[in-house]
Amino acid sequence: MTEMRKISVKVNGKAYEAEAEVRMHLADFLRQKLGLTGTHLGCEHGVCGACTILLDGRTARSCLTLAVQVDGHEIMTIEGIADGDTLHPLQEAFRDNHGLQCGFCTPGMLTTLIELLRDNPDPTEEEVRIGISGNLCRCTGYQGIVAAALDAAKRMRALS
Amino acid sequence: MNSSETAGLVFGQSVKRVEDFDLLTGRARFVDDLKLPGMLEAAVLRSPHGHAAIRGIDKTAALAMPGVHAVLTLEDFRPHLANDRLIVALPSPAWKIDANRPFLAGKETVHVGEPIALVIADSRYIAEDALALIEVDFDPLPAISDCKAALEPGAPKTHLANPNNLVAEFEVAYGDAAAVFASAPHSFKLSLWQHRGGGHSIECRGAVASWNEMEQNLTLWSSTQTPHAGMRMLVDILGLDDGQVRVITPDVGGGFGPKLCFYQEEAAVAAASRMLGRPIKWIEDRREHFTSTTQERDQYWEVELATDGEGHVLGLRGNMIHDHGAWTARGINVAYEASQAVTMPYDIAAYSMKVRVALTNKVPVSPVRGAGQPQGVFVMERLLDKAARTLGIDRAEIRRRNLIPASKMPFTKPMKTRGGIQVLLDSGDYPKCQQAALDKAGWDGFRARQQAALAEGRYIGIGMANFVKGTGRGPFEGATVRIGTSGKIQVHTGAAAMGQSTKTMMAQVVAEQLGADMENITVTAGDTATIGFGMGGYNSRQAVLAGSAAHLASLVVRKKLLAVASEVLEAAVDDLEIVGSDVRVKGVPDMKMGLRDIAKALAGTPGFRLPAGQSPALEATEQPVIDGMAYANGTAVAEVEIDIETGLVEIHHLTLAHDCGRIINPMIVDGQMVGGAAHGVGNALFEWMGYDENAQPITTNYGEYLLISAPEMPPIDLIHQESPTPLNPLGVKGVGECGVVPTAPAIISAIEDALSPFGLSMTRVPITPAEIAAMIEEAQAK
Repeated sequence: MTEMRKISVKVNGKAYEAEAEVRMHLADFLRQKLGLTGTHLGCEHGVCGACTILLDGRTARSCLTLAVQVDGHEIMTIEGIADGDTLHPLQEAFRDNHGLQCGFCTPGMLTTLIELLRDNPDPTEEEVRIGISGNLCRCTGYQGIVAAALDAAKRMRALS
Repeated sequence: MNSSETAGLVFGQSVKRVEDFDLLTGRARFVDDLKLPGMLEAAVLRSPHGHAAIRGIDKTAALAMPGVHAVLTLEDFRPHLANDRLIVALPSPAWKIDANRPFLAGKETVHVGEPIALVIADSRYIAEDALALIEVDFDPLPAISDCKAALEPGAPKTHLANPNNLVAEFEVAYGDAAAVFASAPHSFKLSLWQHRGGGHSIECRGAVASWNEMEQNLTLWSSTQTPHAGMRMLVDILGLDDGQVRVITPDVGGGFGPKLCFYQEEAAVAAASRMLGRPIKWIEDRREHFTSTTQERDQYWEVELATDGEGHVLGLRGNMIHDHGAWTARGINVAYEASQAVTMPYDIAAYSMKVRVALTNKVPVSPVRGAGQPQGVFVMERLLDKAARTLGIDRAEIRRRNLIPASKMPFTKPMKTRGGIQVLLDSGDYPKCQQAALDKAGWDGFRARQQAALAEGRYIGIGMANFVKGTGRGPFEGATVRIGTSGKIQVHTGAAAMGQSTKTMMAQVVAEQLGADMENITVTAGDTATIGFGMGGYNSRQAVLAGSAAHLASLVVRKKLLAVASEVLEAAVDDLEIVGSDVRVKGVPDMKMGLRDIAKALAGTPGFRLPAGQSPALEATEQPVIDGMAYANGTAVAEVEIDIETGLVEIHHLTLAHDCGRIINPMIVDGQMVGGAAHGVGNALFEWMGYDENAQPITTNYGEYLLISAPEMPPIDLIHQESPTPLNPLGVKGVGECGVVPTAPAIISAIEDALSPFGLSMTRVPITPAEIAAMIEEAQAK
């Protein structure tokens, strides 16, 4: 249980190497070992979706993924979405459409929508709602998030 | 209000939130993001029993584990405590049993999840390993789970030492209900069961304590709604002076009520940090949130409505049993607010509600968003639906006949708040608000649509609910507004931000008076070192009280700015304007003086007079006392469709018309209303905190306890009415809880309407598809 492994992983384009117990889950690894505290833990049983990250471009629950599983892989977290201080269109749309209140679920919402909008640049409202159905938000009633996702899709299509 | 005070430069505008950039980029700082040098982590040993005697605790094996620094029980803590109980119960003559919580469970534990010991280790992983090695000799005792059963003779006692489970008893009443019922032409009875679940902020609770041995002081970072109350609790429990304790709320990932309570874990990590001389972090996990964070739960109501033949309500009476849980974590307030909310929007001459508050072997009950008021509204609206149906009156019409008309505003309700303040409905046009909701929802044309749907075998229904919500509970909140010598404006308040845009709201109020540049303002909410007193965030009070304080403080600072600028620029005050970081002469933009220069001038120069005869410092602190509550109101209309095979309820549409007084930021108000409504949908259809007969919780994860997700949320139409309250200088009423209060009652009303072909009466909330399907099956079998 307390066996240690060295883990090499690229996060948000930057290479990291750190030791972790084999039982440590990825969210703790990102937060505690790499200091990337933008990824949040809301339930640690894979339901709330706050801890969602992109693992090799696909969404994964970092609370249900072991750190050792990502050795040699690439991860994107909320910290990697903006370009320095310039917000990504999805982040701008969240700000402009009140897509967040307390902001605790936001890391998982953003990563989930990055994937969704990449795979489906022109989603319907229903597709967005289903797309984020694995992410719980207690503040917004989802209306602002859905509006933000649709607005972001429009902005991103205009850019591409 | 003087219109020049709120010209609407930013006040009333949907300005972007100041909170968002950090939250969107992962740069926000929540309590679990703190990492202090030498910090250890704690895990909490909790009771697995609803009720048990604790005969002994063997810590040997746990202590022997590498990486474990301490295993601390109540006995270990006691020598370091000035008070080993959390004295939090709000005063009330209703109390019959003092049930304030102990620091940790000692010889007896009274609910699953109750904290018994703290393990301090190098990491949370090791601390949790060690928990499994602590051997507790429990002697299980009979537990009581249901609050109604708890008051039956011979029921198991929640606590061995108590005479029974009746922790409090009171009546909310006015007029002569007995006389009314003795002569009323019609009366309608209902037995109702209501349940609400937990707060379920997506961020659980958490605290980091750091005792500084050098300076002999303690800092506690806590995900709390009430930092100043927490500070005073630590002063009391640890025997420290006020100046030795600082409580800071970092970014808080939602509150929704339960985080307004002070908890054992906050006290325990603080005491442990002082004992060990190391910073200590404890972060609640979700399972702990289910078993140790306060909830709302069950209420049983037996109620009766008296009317004349035209549906005019003559009186309402009844009794209610309220589940208090095992301890008092706050007060009788949930039961009290529920009872008081019942008749609020209506002109009803006689009312009597007798309430018994029962101890049970479950997590303590404290307010969750709405604080009992959704339950009170449910009672009134269910009774009105029943009366309307029986008397053959349209459900909207019976309400119209009983709503307090605008011509009677302000309206004195012959009731006192739980704090003894007269209930005075300050403003609003309730019938107009109801009509706006009905019009938007297409109420009048619904019967035809319903008939058409029924002809196709579809069961649709419409329902409605009115509410009046007390907001802005006093007595005060404070704000300091200071322009520093950098020219930046700092705002400090005891109000606590937990996601409801408090910092943006405060910045808007201040910016309106001081240059209208949101970027020039920094708001600190909930740091006891920056403002001496504060009440915190609860009861939809931040804009009402903290907003008013910030407004008044800004006016003082504005006056000083203008006085100094007037002297230096040799211009009359009326000819000056504050734009961005400058005070300018109107029409002559080059004639200006920077806020920083005025701040420097008022910071003083050795041996020289302060300019313009002003007092020192470009700052002001205001703590307006506002005892009377600002009463917001509104109407919800829900339209549903039910699959009668499965009992599944689909909400087609929700309409919410409401009046929260003047609106500071329309975007934020919309967000609060919709978010509250989502909580109400959950309360109507999904959220159930279950316990078995031994008081074992049976819904302790999000597979078993259902929170609403995006696909279930119906489209929502919002209608805003703005009746400014005269009770505060901004004319604002609270909005944080207004979406939740009428939503579940309206949905249940709509379900009953959809099922009217079966003649079913909906008397419980939440209601599941299985329960609805069973009711339909039973009705069809008859």
